Amino acid sequence: MITKPMIADGQPIIETLALEKAYHRTKPVLRAIDLSIRAGERVALIGANGSGKSTLLKCLIGLYPITGGTVRTFGQEFVRAPSPRQRADMRRRTGFVFQNHCLVRRRSVLSNVVHGLLGEPGSWRAFAQSIAPQDWRERAIEALAEVNLADKALERADALSGGQQQRVAIARALVRRPALLIADEPAASLDPVAGREMMELFIRLCAEHRITLLYTSHNMRHAAAFSERVIALSDGRIAFDSSSRDLTDQDLTMVFGAEAGDG
Amino acid sequence: MAERRRIAPARLSGLSPVGFVLWLTLGALVVVSMNDVAPSLERLAGGLPRIGSLLDRMVPPNLEPAFLERVAKRILETFQIALVGAVLGIVLSLPIAWLAARGVSPLGPFAYLIKAMVSLFRTIPDLIWALLFVVAVGLGAVAGTLTIVVDTIGFCGRFFAEAMEDADKEPSEALSAIGATNLSVLMGAILPDAAPSMINASLFALEKAVRSSVVLGLVGAGGIGQELKVSFDLFQYQNASTIILVVFVIVLMMEYLTDRLRARIQ
Ligand SMILES: Nc1ncnc2c1ncn2[C@@H]1O[C@H](COP(=O)(O)OP(=O)(O)O)[C@@H](O)[C@H]1O
Ligand SMILES: [Mg+2]
Repeated sequence: MITKPMIADGQPIIETLALEKAYHRTKPVLRAIDLSIRAGERVALIGANGSGKSTLLKCLIGLYPITGGTVRTFGQEFVRAPSPRQRADMRRRTGFVFQNHCLVRRRSVLSNVVHGLLGEPGSWRAFAQSIAPQDWRERAIEALAEVNLADKALERADALSGGQQQRVAIARALVRRPALLIADEPAASLDPVAGREMMELFIRLCAEHRITLLYTSHNMRHAAAFSERVIALSDGRIAFDSSSRDLTDQDLTMVFGAEAGDG
Repeated sequence: MAERRRIAPARLSGLSPVGFVLWLTLGALVVVSMNDVAPSLERLAGGLPRIGSLLDRMVPPNLEPAFLERVAKRILETFQIALVGAVLGIVLSLPIAWLAARGVSPLGPFAYLIKAMVSLFRTIPDLIWALLFVVAVGLGAVAGTLTIVVDTIGFCGRFFAEAMEDADKEPSEALSAIGATNLSVLMGAILPDAAPSMINASLFALEKAVRSSVVLGLVGAGGIGQELKVSFDLFQYQNASTIILVVFVIVLMMEYLTDRLRARIQ
């Protein structure tokens, strides 16, 4: 396994300065975003649908180029987009769980988890579990065991329920032992009970492996219950950034309008 | 009444003046061309008896063992041309389709150049390719195989590229975000999703290859077509009917087989 320079708790992992993002030539989706996420934190990014949460996450990992400002991840700064080297380094240390889990449907669960190792040096064999190196397959099984799915390893990904697929996506993000986990609406597609269990799983795994967690939610209760800090986006700007204990109903109405705390 | 008449739209409102002129031109073209190339009634009247006598001279089909053996050899060669040509074509189509697929190709906007090449392969009919290859590599099966290769690339290159373009975008994006290379994204996310339609296209290509390899011999590119041409040239119509029957059975069998295979992939 590759050893990574650890970032001590409390040190910034992600910092943005005046980040701006516009798709094509439309008006910016994100404006003047200043935020700093420190190692060991658990941060919820909340906001109504279309407020720019997914966009912000993708900009932070350099998946979309930014149109203004700077981003600093793991101590390295980039303008517009990270260099290939920085991107590779950043992705090695970051696990990403997408909004719709985005598994390869016709491949086995195990293959999907092994995919999490693509991008490691010499990883071309990781596109399918059947030809991946044995220790990588073992790491993938280990990650699957942590989300309680080791017994489903050889089933096709689309044979699993939505919640199970989401857990496979978590295993795929965890298999590299990232320092930072970024999750886009990890509970949105689940019913309330499954959603709460999903969040508890996230919290437990991140605590166990000392992973910094940044996740988005449009569910206020999840944000308040599962994170210490809440950052709210409203119309592409940061509306507030505070400890989840300090949240007031007024804050929520500001972010979500009349349906505050709904659902 | 008067009001109602005003409300009713004009009968030909759907047809613009330009459209009207185009339809008229097309009609005139068909009528004029018919004069030039369609069989006149006298020609038909004279031709029908001759077709009758041709059919008469075609039965019974020639079933002499020596001749059947020659046909069998040629059929085998036909199959070899079809199989080798189709398989080589399918294999070559994979990288070509990857380079040609919009949004997938590592060539970015230049992907369309590869697409244009594939279109060229497809739009030139196989008999013309066969003529070219006969000139280039001489009479025989090699020219036939090359023809099938090019023909298959024209077909599979296009359909493989379309299947790759239609593959789920989200898993590809996820693998890119993980740090996968273009090739790993292709192997890990795009191919698994595109595989069923690609296998389908490959089976069609195989079927198509068998059908075209039958006629390639007419221009000297090997296979059973050569035997057929000889039979017609020497007025051996009983030999011709045997060959036509055999070809019919083979194409039918091929279609049945590929249909069965297709049904097994969902
Ligand atoms: N790939 C894209 N191209 C153009 N516009 C986009 C794209 N992705 C998102 N947007 C737009 O950006 C805005 C923010 O979207 P998103 O980041 O998905 O919000 P959220 O995740 O908070 O629901 C929306 O108005 C959306 O239409
Ligand atoms: Mg979103």
